[in-house]
Amino acid sequence: MTNVPALTVRDMHKSFGQLEVLKGISLDAHEGDVISILGSSGSGKSTLLRCINLLEIPDSGVVTVAGETIAMRKRRDGKQEPADRKQVDRIRSELGMVFQNFNLWSHMTILQNVIEGPIHVLKRPRAEAVAEAEALLEKVGIADKRDQYPSHLSGGQQQRAAIARALAMRPKVMLFDEPTSALDPELVGEVLRVLRALAEEGRTMLVVTHEMAFARNVSNRVMFLHQGLVEAEGSPEQLFGEMKSERFRQFVSGLKA
Amino acid sequence: MDFAFLADTMGQLLAAVPTTVALWFLCISIGGVIALGAVWMRVSGIFVLERIAAGYIFAFRGSPLLIQMFLVYYGLSQFPEVRHSFVWPVLREPFYCAVISLALCTGGYTAEIFRGGLLSVPQREIEAGRAIGMSGFMLFRRIIAPIALRQALPAYSTEIVLMMKSTSLASLVTVWEVTGVAQRLISQSYRTMEVFLCAAAIYLVLNFIIIRFMGFIEYRLSPHLRRRPDIGIEGPDPRAEDLREVKP
Repeated sequence: MTNVPALTVRDMHKSFGQLEVLKGISLDAHEGDVISILGSSGSGKSTLLRCINLLEIPDSGVVTVAGETIAMRKRRDGKQEPADRKQVDRIRSELGMVFQNFNLWSHMTILQNVIEGPIHVLKRPRAEAVAEAEALLEKVGIADKRDQYPSHLSGGQQQRAAIARALAMRPKVMLFDEPTSALDPELVGEVLRVLRALAEEGRTMLVVTHEMAFARNVSNRVMFLHQGLVEAEGSPEQLFGEMKSERFRQFVSGLKA
Repeated sequence: MDFAFLADTMGQLLAAVPTTVALWFLCISIGGVIALGAVWMRVSGIFVLERIAAGYIFAFRGSPLLIQMFLVYYGLSQFPEVRHSFVWPVLREPFYCAVISLALCTGGYTAEIFRGGLLSVPQREIEAGRAIGMSGFMLFRRIIAPIALRQALPAYSTEIVLMMKSTSLASLVTVWEVTGVAQRLISQSYRTMEVFLCAAAIYLVLNFIIIRFMGFIEYRLSPHLRRRPDIGIEGPDPRAEDLREVKP
């Protein structure tokens, strides 16, 4: 354990046209933290995740990954843009992103999906990448699907393949963008089990989710976003136990109803 | 049926097949390179290049190929500057003029076909590439191009079949390919039906070969669009609503 946080975000703002989605969000994720990010639709939680690896460019704010700050420069319109594309590519390769809709590459088999990044981005030897990919597929429970194409798999299997693809990059932080929201209810469990196993391994994870049980039982911190701001934050015991925030209480009871 | 005449006609027409195939092969090869350049300009994000490419595509898709061919063969030789320049050895040959105009024409169409392929690449898969640290040429080569190529293939097969048929226009700038030879035979024998039927049969066979070949490539590039091999063993197919079978 080092004292350098795995990921920090400082005062992040993001607008889409007139709509201000993030109004100044900060967070620290230390190594081994599992942070669940909750919030109703439109609260900015997915945008936050996408701004961290610059799939969306934040208007302002500072992202630091394992001590390395992503260099940004001012544009003429007052917003900012990455100063160094190469740095962005490298930082992205250190952040494992798992998407709501899996986003596997349809023209590659499952194994090819998993080894693509290690071989071409990280320039690791093919044999080594394949061996590690097979171990990862084993771990997420779809080793037998290695030579099938994404369209031949169920949603839960595709999402587990996407998790293996992200893990193959040996990321410093894993970002999960509603990983179970596109799944049929009976397939949610198999993906959550993988997430729980990763959490127990001590991986640093940011999980945007609607799964209250996961937020409560697996994560060690919970952030509740409301209209682009952090409305409540703390350990699951604090948040779910004390229910200090009226909005959070409404959010949770709304989900139960 | 005058089999002796048919056999003689067929023999003479077949002797012109190499010319037809050479016209076709050169025009789709050169046209393909032109198309790659044009589509790169078209999606470059640089305004001037985009407009130039769009203008080229508009002009060559929007005007008749025959007129383009006449302009290249008869039109350019009107200028003494052209006749005295280094390009004249090429431009005075009807064969090369036909290749140039066919290539320029198919280049415009093919550029649009390629662009359609590029636009069909799912944004999500591109995003997954970015998220893993890819950008620029690597992203294009590993993710975008393979998907775009596969998507463009059916339209591209149609285009190269059309070009095979368009080579017949070269007969009008005095290239002795299959149609040109057919017309000469008709002017000697006045047996239009037999000669043109023989010529049509030759084009059919050539196009049949192209279509089967492209179908084979399409099949090879589409394992992910076929049903998985173990269907039925593991319960319901997750893609049950979308069972596009691609066969050669």
